[in-house]
Amino acid sequence: MKSLKLTVAALVASAAFAGVAIARDQIQVAGSSTVLPYAKIVAETFGETFPDFKTPVVESGGTGAGLKEFCKGVGPDTIDIANASRKIKDSELETCKAAGVTEVQEVKIGYDGIVFATDSGNAELALVPKDLYLALAAEVVVDGKLVANPYKKWSEVNKDLPDVEIAAYIPGEKHGTREVFEEKVLAAGCKASGATDAIKGLVADEKEAAKKCVAVRKDGLAIDIDGDYTETLARIASNKNGIGVFGLSFFENNADKLKVATVNGIVPSTETIASGEYPVSRPLFFYVKKAHLGVIPGLKEYVEFFLDDQMIGPDSPLASYGLVPAPDAEREADRKAFADGGML
Amino acid sequence: MTDMTSSVQSTFQRPAQARRDIGIKKRYAAERRFKAYGVTAILIGLFFLFVLLWTVVSKGYTAFQQTAITLPIEFSEQIIDPKNERAANPAKLMSANYPLLVRDALVKALAIDPNNKALVKKATDMVSPSARTQLRDLVVANPAIIGTTADVALLAEGNIDSANKGQIDLTVAEANRKVNDQQLGWMKTLTESGAMAKQFNTGLFTYGASSRPEAAGIGVAALGSFYMMLIVLVLALPIGVCASIYLEEFAPKNRLTDLIEVNINNLAAVPSIVYGLLGLSIFINFAGMPRSAALVGGLVLTLMTLPTIIIATRAALKAVPPSIRAAALGLGASKMQTIFHHVLPLAMPGVLTGTIIGLAHALGETAPLLLIGMVAFVVDYPGTPMDPSTALPVQIYMWANEAERAFVERTSGAIMVLLIFLVVMNLGAILLRRRFERRW
Repeated sequence: MKSLKLTVAALVASAAFAGVAIARDQIQVAGSSTVLPYAKIVAETFGETFPDFKTPVVESGGTGAGLKEFCKGVGPDTIDIANASRKIKDSELETCKAAGVTEVQEVKIGYDGIVFATDSGNAELALVPKDLYLALAAEVVVDGKLVANPYKKWSEVNKDLPDVEIAAYIPGEKHGTREVFEEKVLAAGCKASGATDAIKGLVADEKEAAKKCVAVRKDGLAIDIDGDYTETLARIASNKNGIGVFGLSFFENNADKLKVATVNGIVPSTETIASGEYPVSRPLFFYVKKAHLGVIPGLKEYVEFFLDDQMIGPDSPLASYGLVPAPDAEREADRKAFADGGML
Repeated sequence: MTDMTSSVQSTFQRPAQARRDIGIKKRYAAERRFKAYGVTAILIGLFFLFVLLWTVVSKGYTAFQQTAITLPIEFSEQIIDPKNERAANPAKLMSANYPLLVRDALVKALAIDPNNKALVKKATDMVSPSARTQLRDLVVANPAIIGTTADVALLAEGNIDSANKGQIDLTVAEANRKVNDQQLGWMKTLTESGAMAKQFNTGLFTYGASSRPEAAGIGVAALGSFYMMLIVLVLALPIGVCASIYLEEFAPKNRLTDLIEVNINNLAAVPSIVYGLLGLSIFINFAGMPRSAALVGGLVLTLMTLPTIIIATRAALKAVPPSIRAAALGLGASKMQTIFHHVLPLAMPGVLTGTIIGLAHALGETAPLLLIGMVAFVVDYPGTPMDPSTALPVQIYMWANEAERAFVERTSGAIMVLLIFLVVMNLGAILLRRRFERRW
């Protein structure tokens, strides 16, 4: 009995410490669920093209979670690359530095468009940031005063919009997409409606005033989606009047079920996003630990392969999935920046 | 006298009346009502079970078939190895331009003008990009095939597969569809010539994760799940049985053991994500084990399964009648001999049932795996439990979030496979109990 117990204890202990000395021969990536499909395509093609290296492992979980994992330290038990659908924050960079991750390289892979779409049975919809702001803000300025958002129907916001209840499915706060939505739609709409200045007059603290502009109503008409776009799609399928926020690539894969709305009269497409005409877009990044380059086999090759035109160029698998390629000169500059080893 | 008779009569009548009034009818009605509630409860349960199975099966049964395009591929030396270097440098065969072989075969089969780039691209888009590896593996395995022509069944691209299974709404405008009218025409030609056909989808069981639905399978995830179940079995069964034998047979009954018992019962109800957090801080951050490894997943699931096994084992030990213990002790057996020769063998069916149910529970867990990096895209088979891998329910979760239509049926298909595993395990538990159970 005693010896049996001892052996079991020894087994657990040996299993627990066997991992310490193991070096890794596989790239580990984590982060943004927006970048995930692109990273998967590149990882898979990388594994096929370079038979000497194992296919990288790509975790999902969100930009914030990925960067947190990334900033845990340097060594084989930490991840090599963090995918991000926004730029790394100064606070995150500081956490990184404190944990010994002093050399972080930023790599831009292209652009992603954020589109508004409704069920395919609906009429064409033309949105402007101002209407979206008025429909979705927690508080709006009425007669010079900040009041809880009184609008219940789209037609109350703008007569040209359909006479249906407001129901918007927007990305939850853990998504990097939410930040872009706040900045490019709500803050822009706040400004366009003239509320920015009005709020500044009402709220003394500048930070508070900026927050008021992007605060989303919590009365059930704007619904945070913490899951992925498939959840938004399911919500729209059950509420035909709902408007959902999607990534361009997801929309293109489900164009038969969704009808896309124009923003400022521009139809979102790879071309209008690349040219900057369509206003709601953002760059996508990943961050590489420089200390791991040359230590983890294939890491440098993976990054170079990712940046190659055969992956993120205009006629590449990523572009056909929905990534908006950066202009030629910019891609060239990004490749050069990585080769030069420019750090944050 | 008359007074008396009347009083006697009334005493005779009263119990009879009382018997009528004790509410037999009411009680029978209550019984009938209760039966009706019970039947309704079961019917509601069965209804939802049926709806669940129906949605899964009706969406998922198509996943077991995959459209393939069989083309006569000419393994031209011109394309694969134009400079004839393969004898000196076999690695050249790895990087040859295999998609060109597919393009040429398709152009020939569909009689397309090879100079019409746009049309040729539309045609090659119908074949999965995995054709590159498929042909490469064929050539590397058998270099003698170069220079010959062979029929190869290539996987059709995911959207073509969906269209062939009727999952794409063809009434939608062409621009909003992933498959255009030209491709539909070609599909018809290929089907009529017998080149395009649905076949059993072995890939679903053998491939790893992939961004292309046609090349995605649960092979890697199933192996990861297998490793984890093995680790759980090897660790949780002995630890759980030892702990419960000690607690049940040897430990003194005092405050401390009471406290331990309460804690074990509580642990069984702790949300599984908490075990994930524990695993992350102990096994990965403190012990420095690799992320995404089946080993860490197995250890976390072991912790999660232990309380279940301990509770089941203790119940099984308790159910062995004290007369067995008394008889063994009376015949001169030591306490150890009593337990290991008599009590434990009699309790074994209960122990195994508890273990199998604990394993089935662990097989279906995703939450604790999220934090230890096992919710990941893993293409390569894990050679050992130390290599990155995922688990079956994780694969289902990841597929459920994919944008492509063809992943919808695969999600349900994988759920069916997982359900079959669970049914088999639970059936095993029932059979074991039937086979070895002793009644007193």
